[in-house]
Amino acid sequence: MHLEEFAEGKSLIHSLDPRIKLLSLFPFIVVVAIAKGLTVPFIALMVGVNLVLFSRLNLKAVLTRLFPVNLFILFLWFMLPFSVKGEGIFTIGPLTATSEGIFYALTITLKANAIVLSTIALIGTIPIFRLVHALRHLKVPEKLVNLFFFCYRYISVLHEDYSALYNAMKVRAFKPATNVHTYRSYAYLIGMLVVRSYDHSEKIYQAMLCRGFRGRFPLLDHFTGLTRKDFVFFIFMIFVAACLVTLEVGKYFWRLP
Amino acid sequence: MHISEGILSAPVLLTGVILTAGGVSLGLKKMDYERIPEVAVLTSAFFVASLIHVPIGPSSAHLVLNGLMGLLLGWIAFPAILVGLALQALLFQFGGLTSLCVNAFNMAFPAVVSFYLFRLFNRKYNRYTLIFSGFLCGVIGILGSAFLVALSLVTTGEAFLTAAKLIVIAHLPVMIIEGGITAAAVVSLNKVRPELLTRKVKI
Repeated sequence: MHLEEFAEGKSLIHSLDPRIKLLSLFPFIVVVAIAKGLTVPFIALMVGVNLVLFSRLNLKAVLTRLFPVNLFILFLWFMLPFSVKGEGIFTIGPLTATSEGIFYALTITLKANAIVLSTIALIGTIPIFRLVHALRHLKVPEKLVNLFFFCYRYISVLHEDYSALYNAMKVRAFKPATNVHTYRSYAYLIGMLVVRSYDHSEKIYQAMLCRGFRGRFPLLDHFTGLTRKDFVFFIFMIFVAACLVTLEVGKYFWRLP
Repeated sequence: MHISEGILSAPVLLTGVILTAGGVSLGLKKMDYERIPEVAVLTSAFFVASLIHVPIGPSSAHLVLNGLMGLLLGWIAFPAILVGLALQALLFQFGGLTSLCVNAFNMAFPAVVSFYLFRLFNRKYNRYTLIFSGFLCGVIGILGSAFLVALSLVTTGEAFLTAAKLIVIAHLPVMIIEGGITAAAVVSLNKVRPELLTRKVKI
């Protein structure tokens, strides 16, 4: 499993300080998440697309990532046009689609994709170790950060365990189907994964104690001071968020959708 | 069962943040430093297990296993599930960052409920109480989460009522299967490593 797909690369966004990227992302996604109507979500989507373009990511890989997000939203597209009250546009059988419903579904689609794209561009481009380090600088509880890091680190190990166990089942002609045998076999597989995870964790903890671990990771690669481009980017993103707030509040005056 | 970004309203998102913050801080308090590797590796095991798709008739569903997680971890399920979901959101874009806390609460709260249920039924345990309470925990995990997801959607807007109903109905078969799998997993854990189920967990 390749997990840090976007973390490597040379671009303006990759070179920014991780703390700045986190701090400039959060106001933006919060504003987008609670926005209504179409104007703010549309502009936010444009911002998201541009952030992805500026970080020069593999666009095909980014589009693949958008797929699971839009699957849930596609499900809502089948529901919302018929369940929001308003002016009818067309009818299928007993159901009437309303323009309000379609606008609502469109709003959600724009918002979700805007948030996901900007998250990929700003957090996806941070290697996990630096992300964890930045989270500690931003005062996220130490235990939680350590939990996050260890969990991330051992996903690939446990995935190897899982593949080994599953291959052993396949060698014995296991074919998943809808029957009790399949479910029981999966249950035993999960039970074994849990047991192995305990065994791993004991060894890991003892090995860490041997090396003098006291709940902290000593670092050589500290964050250096912030540069001018970090400040410029931070101010720019805060400015964008402020503009979106103004638009959101002012759209009733200016009669924007 | 993840709610994507951009769907829920501000009050629902805020409620999620407050409730999850409470649960997580309680969970972190109960998790000593020595237990971090154990909880973390267990969380990665569940992360991997949630990638398993089990067949249900012509379709398939992926496992959630929050009931099993809950009965093993208790309140620590809150930070564990938060971390698992954060990784899913960052690595696969399942769920999302803004809806992270709501999703975490929706899955972790039933997990904590199944922890107490499991203890209640297994003061004196035998094979049958293990099977029964394991099944119950699996069912409660899925059913509780489906209801909380539906509740989050409906409190966002009346328009989501049909979608919410469909989500609960679609999870009914999943619930039975998770119940069965959780029960069998508990039985197998009891055979291989009984101390994992019976040891005293700090409440």
